[in-house]
Amino acid sequence: MSKLLTSDLLANIGRSAPPREELVTRRDIRKYSVATDQRLEKFLAGDEAPPMFHVALFWDVVELNELTPDGVSVDSLLPKFPLERAMAGGLRIDYHKAIYPGDVLVSTRVLTDIYEKQGSQGPLIFYEVTMEVENPSGEPVLTQKTTRILR
Amino acid sequence: MSKLARIKSIKPGDVLPEREFEPDNVQLFLYNSALWNAHRIHFDHPYATEVEGYPGLVIAGPLLGDWLTQSVIEWLGDDGKLASIEYSNRQASYIGETLRSGGKVLSSEQDTGTVELEMYIKNEADEVITPGVAVVRFAVT
Repeated sequence: MSKLLTSDLLANIGRSAPPREELVTRRDIRKYSVATDQRLEKFLAGDEAPPMFHVALFWDVVELNELTPDGVSVDSLLPKFPLERAMAGGLRIDYHKAIYPGDVLVSTRVLTDIYEKQGSQGPLIFYEVTMEVENPSGEPVLTQKTTRILR
Repeated sequence: MSKLARIKSIKPGDVLPEREFEPDNVQLFLYNSALWNAHRIHFDHPYATEVEGYPGLVIAGPLLGDWLTQSVIEWLGDDGKLASIEYSNRQASYIGETLRSGGKVLSSEQDTGTVELEMYIKNEADEVITPGVAVVRFAVT
């Protein structure tokens, strides 16, 4: 029996953020590749994006007044949870197509699950956000599921 | 070795080459800049230590995930593709630490070319701080 998760909170499952469209540039691939210490020439030259490049491509670009004092942008997809301290998170990515400079990609994010578990030191809230990335023809490029734990 | 010969040679327990990482402030700054991530725990030492209580500047979790993918695709070479990866950031790590990526083969299906890998990032104490599982597909046709 869930103690922290009200039916109002659970009603947020299925909520989605507006689709976002981004252009992949060679310069952005190169910057990402240098910063992550890639060793393959195709990535360093920006000919192809490394597998985690989409994390940078679709990170929220918000205005300064939308950042909290600790420098974090508040994710408007998420409701206010009764627990707020974030613990370790998990990620699963399924790859369908490689990403190249010049690609225009669209990402859609959906809050796909919220659930509660009893941890050794009290209750924990888990939530899962699924991001689908497609090309303009609607072909899947990748699917990313992020799970976060709050205590 | 041909792609077919390579998949036939892969067995559960085979070990992937390890790689050491010594991220510094400059790399962490560039990484978070590339993302547009302004979280102070990654660049503001007094904030990270005095307000959040961390022992140092925190290495960004997805950077460790990226290193897992690098370990996989460098081992894979041009013989196949990364199909999926999953990982969790179990324990934080800090600037000044030396980290290691690596992994081993869990299973190998020669007919489909599918290989499952158990991956890790370890800290200097040899603790797995970021465990993961990757699936790769070798081109067998």
